[in-house]
Amino acid sequence: MKAPDREVWSRLVFDKLVEAGVSLFSHVPDFGNTDIIKMADEHNETRSILLSSEEEGVAICAGADLVGARSVVCMQSSGVGNCPNFLSLVKGGRFPMLLIVTMRGDYGEENHWQYPMGQAVTPILEAMGVLVIQVDREDELEHATEAAISAAFTGGQGVALVLSQKFLGAKAF
Amino acid sequence: MGTINRRELLSQLLPNPEDFLIVSGLAGASKDTSELTDDGSNLFTMAGTMGASVPMALGVALSAPSEHVIAVAGDGELMMGIGSLPTVASMMPENLTIICVDNGMHAETGGQLGHTSRRTNLAVMAEGAGIPSIKTIENPDQIADAAKFIMNDPGPRFLWARVSDGPPSAYKRDFDLALRRQIFRDAYLAKT
Repeated sequence: MKAPDREVWSRLVFDKLVEAGVSLFSHVPDFGNTDIIKMADEHNETRSILLSSEEEGVAICAGADLVGARSVVCMQSSGVGNCPNFLSLVKGGRFPMLLIVTMRGDYGEENHWQYPMGQAVTPILEAMGVLVIQVDREDELEHATEAAISAAFTGGQGVALVLSQKFLGAKAF
Repeated sequence: MGTINRRELLSQLLPNPEDFLIVSGLAGASKDTSELTDDGSNLFTMAGTMGASVPMALGVALSAPSEHVIAVAGDGELMMGIGSLPTVASMMPENLTIICVDNGMHAETGGQLGHTSRRTNLAVMAEGAGIPSIKTIENPDQIADAAKFIMNDPGPRFLWARVSDGPPSAYKRDFDLALRRQIFRDAYLAKT
């Protein structure tokens, strides 16, 4: 199966987020979030924020929410492992939170190092009260993105839109 | 360690605390800010998520550019989230001030000495991160100057306040973070 065009699906996700009023796109760079961040830099109503560690993005989202703004954190799956303590803000504080997670260490992975954390992504997120919405196929993306936006910004939940390697394609080594 | 009594610090640095949006990190920093504001609706305090105060204040500052946002963090809190200093510097929010109330120890857990009691210089770390305005104070005579620094120097600002080892405020604040989120948010949105 051919991997979907990253710029095309990134545009779909980005446009939905902008339409939902998201203004800040925190991220640690990943191959999978490259285009979304580029779009956030180019759009005149959004900004990207380069993080040192993904957990900062969780706190930034909470800070934005305190003054009525909306933001998201884009990260590779490894970064989920840097976030659990700060995700206390979701379960304890009912801060809405939308994480966009591009997977490594799942379907078709060739790098030994990626498997332990990749396989722990969903259990960690669920342990911290974050809803996981996983995308495996291109035709699931639009509704999944809408569902994640609704869950976070209307439903007040912590939610992760998890883009699997079945969807993204696996990196070759 | 400095000779500043922390219980007299914030009221002199921020004589009109209602003029700011304040986010403070766990333990002593939040005890002091809650007394400063009487647990006000312009304050979000923490009693967990060690390291989150600076990035949360950054999220507020970037989303409310017409407000002066203050992060108050202890030295342990700041060290745990030290990577957020370059994150702040890259974004250059002019409306953000970080105040580190540094007692050189983890007072909340029994007074174990921290890095700043050993070899770590937070002003150099902030400078290295790229924060444009930095000030260090360690005796009470310097507080008035630091208050001017907060109001006048170009942001983002980093104030390293080295205090003595006395206890923080004994103020009993509200720990319900969901409720405190709602109170802060409602108050901010009502005035804008």
